[in-house]
Amino acid sequence: MSLLTHPSVRTSGGILLFVALVALLGPLLSPNDYLTTNFDALLSPPSFGSARFFGTDDLGRDLFVRTMLGIRVTLLVAIVASLVSLVIGVAYGAIAGYVGGRVDAAMMRVVDTLYALPFIFFVILLMVAFERNFLLIFVAIGAVNWLDMARIVRGQTLSLREREFVAAARLIGVSPVRIVFRHIAPNLIGIVVVYVTLTIPQAILVESFLSFLGLGVQEPQTSLGALVDAGVNQMEGAPWTLLIPGGLLALVLMCFNFLGDGLRDVFDARHVS
Amino acid sequence: MLRYTLLRLLGAIPTLLLVIVLAFLMVHAAPGGPFDAERALPPDIEANIARAYHLDEPLPKQFLRYLSGLLQGDLGPSYRFRDHTVNDLIGGAFPLSMKLGAMAMALALVLGAGAGTVAALRQDTLLDRVVMGFSMTGISIPVFVVAPILVLFLAVQLHWLPAGWSSTTGTSRFVLPVVTLALPQIAYIARLTRASMIDVLGRDFIRTARAQGLGTMTVVRLHALKPAMLPVLSYMGPAIAAILTGSVVVEEIFGIPGLGQFFVRGALNRDYTLVLGIVVFYASLIVLLNLVVDILYGVIDPRVRRR
Repeated sequence: MSLLTHPSVRTSGGILLFVALVALLGPLLSPNDYLTTNFDALLSPPSFGSARFFGTDDLGRDLFVRTMLGIRVTLLVAIVASLVSLVIGVAYGAIAGYVGGRVDAAMMRVVDTLYALPFIFFVILLMVAFERNFLLIFVAIGAVNWLDMARIVRGQTLSLREREFVAAARLIGVSPVRIVFRHIAPNLIGIVVVYVTLTIPQAILVESFLSFLGLGVQEPQTSLGALVDAGVNQMEGAPWTLLIPGGLLALVLMCFNFLGDGLRDVFDARHVS
Repeated sequence: MLRYTLLRLLGAIPTLLLVIVLAFLMVHAAPGGPFDAERALPPDIEANIARAYHLDEPLPKQFLRYLSGLLQGDLGPSYRFRDHTVNDLIGGAFPLSMKLGAMAMALALVLGAGAGTVAALRQDTLLDRVVMGFSMTGISIPVFVVAPILVLFLAVQLHWLPAGWSSTTGTSRFVLPVVTLALPQIAYIARLTRASMIDVLGRDFIRTARAQGLGTMTVVRLHALKPAMLPVLSYMGPAIAAILTGSVVVEEIFGIPGLGQFFVRGALNRDYTLVLGIVVFYASLIVLLNLVVDILYGVIDPRVRRR
């Protein structure tokens, strides 16, 4: 099956594109912004008449605009974190796979050791110890998620380096660094795309988990996790403050998981699920 | 078998050491001291506090002091709960967390393996699709979304179950936390079991058992279940880690005074020694349980031992 005809790739990809578009353009449709408080309309339920599509929160801020902002922040964190893990994972895996032998064994031993660590606790520790800024969240989450990528890329590289075009490149004197990055890396794109898609939901989970605990994105900025956290405190009187961001978070996560599964069917012929 | 076990035990030591070094360095690389948040103290008193907690020593010496404490099972004093050691705090809060975690894990294993097996036996029917659909949903929705939604409907609206931990003392207060904690694991184990059960059911020895006239249930119970559970067994390590992580959220939402809640409080209060102690404790627990899983794997599957 090709990329555009696979049913779960189409459906989940379409939903994700739609959500991202609305998150980018939606706030333009609303007369409200994410910061302005309105003490005459605390926790007012969703209504179209007053252009409060998702209602307001406990400070009277417009939840539609805040939710859109939250989606943007969540997606941005997840994508940047996944790119960080992509760079680390591909470089590490390709080097281990290409050099091979003892270096490979040692490098993979390190990966095995790191697998046994409860990373989330280290991320929390990082958040406690340092100023909570955006950059750190990206780096921390990215640094957590590169292990799978390194393993997959190494496996692919091991088989790629035996191929004729690599031998040919070596024969005409191309340097090992250039072989890894110019000849081997481009052949990894398919599989890397699949695993980045599967890394994004993990990164979203970590980010929203941190924000939920109050250790991630800080007020007045927000993310889906932070919105769910706020919604939990208001759910008895104003269930929409929990259900809307919570539902959207679940939808986004589910779409990424289905998209990744579908892409794996398309790109990775060996893996038949 | 003994050799295999010993090798595994030795292999766990570098991991543990790495955990301790990383955690220790992160906490000590933090800008500012642990007592900065309070009103500015006279320099003499500050020096006294630093001396009392050995913060005036060079870092390697502090680390060795911490490590030798650890070897004697001493995690040091808490910076915020002045009269308590970290050992006291963990010892007081952990049993409850362990009880929750063990119940969730048992529930996840029974329901996950059951649902996965049923789906495998009814492959490609409506039942299979429904089970797998639920399982994808269960994997995707985070604990901190499921928990409040369940509370909202089952406790606040329908009054079937208590909403918070302290509102009752009966066993009913365990239901929601345990179910929430187990849900993603049920989903994941169901998927794992289904895939490996389908694989096992296609093997020759199953065909032989069927040819001898055994019924489906007997074949599954006596022949297929054990080999099909091997991938689930190797998932136990990550599952334990996930349940520990999840318990942080669940305890926070339901107000359960377990270790997870202490961890979050400690993190927000910047109680460095407490947070460091809990990280080291959790990490050692995970490494240890992974080790148990590895050894169990060797017991169940003799092929592994020879590697």
